[in-house]
Amino acid sequence: MNSLETNNIGKAFGKLVVSDNVSLALPKGARHALIGPNGAGKTTLINLITGTLAPDTGTVLLNGEDVTRLEPNARVKRGLSRTFQINTLFPQLTPLESAVMAICERNGTSGHWLSGLSKHAEGIDEAHDLLSKVGLGDDAVKPTRDLAYGQQRLLEIALALASRPKVLLLDEPAAGVPKSESAALFEVIAALPEDISILFIEHDMNLVFSFASRITVLVQGAILTEGTPDEIAHDPRVREVYLGGAHHG
Amino acid sequence: MEPKSWIRARARISPYEIVFWIAAAVIPFVFFEHYLSLAASVAVAALFCISLDLILGYAGIISLGHAAFFGIGAYTAGILSARGWGEPISGLALAAAVSALAGYIVSFMIVRVQHLALLMITLGLSFLMTELAITFDQFTGGSDGLQGIDTWKLLGIWKFSLWGHTAYAYAISVLFILFLLARRIVHSPFGLTLEAIRENPVRTTALGAPNRGHLQKIFVISAAFAGVAGALLAQVSETVSPEALGFQRSAEIAVMLILGGTGRLYGAILGAIIFMVARDQISGFYLQYWYFWIGLILIFVVLFMPRGILGGLERLARIGRRS
Amino acid sequence: MSTLIAVLFDGLSYGMLLFLLSVGLSVTLGLMNFTNLAHGAFAMLGGYVTYALVELAGWPFLATLPFAFIVTAIIAAGFEVVLFRRIYKSGELNQVLLTIGVVFASYAVAAFFFGTVHHSVELPGYLKGFVEIGALKLPSYRIFLVVVALLITTVLVGVLEYTRFGAMVRAAVDNGKVASGLGLNISVIFALTFALGSGLAGLGGALAINILFIDPNFGFHVLVPVLIVVSIGGLGSIWGSFVAAAALGIFDVVGKFLFPEVGAFLIYLFMVVILFFRPNGLFARR
Repeated sequence: MNSLETNNIGKAFGKLVVSDNVSLALPKGARHALIGPNGAGKTTLINLITGTLAPDTGTVLLNGEDVTRLEPNARVKRGLSRTFQINTLFPQLTPLESAVMAICERNGTSGHWLSGLSKHAEGIDEAHDLLSKVGLGDDAVKPTRDLAYGQQRLLEIALALASRPKVLLLDEPAAGVPKSESAALFEVIAALPEDISILFIEHDMNLVFSFASRITVLVQGAILTEGTPDEIAHDPRVREVYLGGAHHG
Repeated sequence: MEPKSWIRARARISPYEIVFWIAAAVIPFVFFEHYLSLAASVAVAALFCISLDLILGYAGIISLGHAAFFGIGAYTAGILSARGWGEPISGLALAAAVSALAGYIVSFMIVRVQHLALLMITLGLSFLMTELAITFDQFTGGSDGLQGIDTWKLLGIWKFSLWGHTAYAYAISVLFILFLLARRIVHSPFGLTLEAIRENPVRTTALGAPNRGHLQKIFVISAAFAGVAGALLAQVSETVSPEALGFQRSAEIAVMLILGGTGRLYGAILGAIIFMVARDQISGFYLQYWYFWIGLILIFVVLFMPRGILGGLERLARIGRRS
Repeated sequence: MSTLIAVLFDGLSYGMLLFLLSVGLSVTLGLMNFTNLAHGAFAMLGGYVTYALVELAGWPFLATLPFAFIVTAIIAAGFEVVLFRRIYKSGELNQVLLTIGVVFASYAVAAFFFGTVHHSVELPGYLKGFVEIGALKLPSYRIFLVVVALLITTVLVGVLEYTRFGAMVRAAVDNGKVASGLGLNISVIFALTFALGSGLAGLGGALAINILFIDPNFGFHVLVPVLIVVSIGGLGSIWGSFVAAAALGIFDVVGKFLFPEVGAFLIYLFMVVILFFRPNGLFARR
């Protein structure tokens, strides 16, 4: 059984087709990259998978269960988690608080309104471990807005991991990260638990080819081709998309 | 710092707090005996302000009509008393329950709309309640207000007298107990989740949080707080009029909260003290000057002290510590 | 029958007054998402300009109306540049509080200069009486109101549809980012639109004196019906405001005539229900 499947997902805004019969399958532990020129519908596909957008046609299966009609937060509870291309964090909260919040939401204590936060010691320890793993251990109690950009990208990933996902969607994890901070980020991504299936969008081809075991190329909302990194690297159509005219961000 | 102790330190009771509450309990009795009824109404306003802080400061829900719940509580306790049951504490409990129920019904609307629609729905509900109170005058006394409220002795011992000793002791006790409850809530996992929703609802959804459910829950809690505040006022002043539900009261309470500072509970209390005392002093001799200063203060606070007086003081203290 | 028509006409003319008072707010809210609760205070300013010119300086009523518009527009533009511009990006709550602050202060200033009593103005003879059409007797002043409102609507629609300025405003309402990308100077467009919209409110305030009276509370009193019109009509929609204002005016007057007990109650109820199902109003552009 695949961890994540999309079957003929389609979505159009008026006449603009943003997702055209996209079918993907991620087995357990997959490292699957989604590439394509800007405007190819990569983030749209992620929004369709997470439920932020409702598809016009097709289904989304999570570990064999049809989740197409579920609310986004219900999908998270079933093991689907994501990061955002543009940092989507809690600027006034500290990373520790953010991670504790995420963990409380996962273990069902987020509605507890009469017990002090400090009573949830396991959650706090887990949050701190998680932050230490992505290298934010020392900055766990600084306000998020004071963190460096690269650190905020790491926090994006840490928060997504806090819900203990089975499937993780990374939307351009390295976007905008300066060279000096990208090594730490790549290390964290490479060290993600093996049993998590990962679908990621990325423009940094070093990251794509060193990390992905399969690659899907999306053009104008539709799948152009799918294959191993080697196949994709030698596919003339892919070259044409990237070199011939279409802009590569 | 070790993460658990950092979290614990955030919720720890500071010496300032203890000093503040002892002062609040003692000073009015000792130094301002002639102002005890003013002190009681300050305590009522502070409680109402805390209720608004819970939704606005912590959860980010803007309401222009929170007085609807204040008024529902006031009328519940008032009508109960006017119809022959003047026992104060059970009156508060019933008011809390009725306001919470009203809050629960309204919460379904609140969490589905934003921006101008949210402002107008909260405003509209408060006008609706005012009209209802005026129309059903056989229960409410109409626009003249509810007559015949008789609050029984507190715990069967202390009589509510003209001097306001019992009134203030009662109001400050209720305020203190509910403040402790509010403090508990904001330092709970639920309180943290609310702040996260305020900061970024998109992200909390992506972390699996049912935002609407959480927001509805705090709205109900806040409505109950507001209801208790209204009931306190009805019992202490032994009158309720439709203006308890009105826009003016909703606006005033928002002014107090902004003045003191949102999202910190003590801002609500401080704002209520400053606003109520200043109004008592200034409007005594000229009402329109009072409005002038309130207007200027609002403009000033929005432009230069977006975190209110307490927020500003905290910032000064931080700068002072650094240098 | 003729009573009913007279009541309906009463409602329509009240609605037209509401339209004048609210159309500016609708456009500026649509343009900048600026929740301006001080709009009613600008209407009050226009009202006092006319009151002062007629009663204190002895001008004829009609001659004061352009001044109610111009003085309000200029002062409003000043507020926009000095005060409001700073808070377009700082959230609804801050906008609500700051502009409410302006309303509070305007109450005090108006009370200081004109006292807290109701004022009205002496109308010229030809606006005082009634016009009889068969059995129908309609007040001249209300006919005048409807004519003025229709005239202004025509001019407004003309300006917005057929002038370069109008095209810029529409582009900016539809999409501020795109418009500024096209090289339009959004802050100038907005200052002008704000002045125009507030000027119309000022004119509405001047025309309202003999229907609603004017006192320092005017800014608060007209705020609620104005906000109802804007929110129901849909932000940035002139026709939406027109229809909503006419409907509210007729409903309010007829409602108070037929069901004096529950008229106001029904208006708030309708508003809450409509906004619950259509949070962007009935005629939203977006």
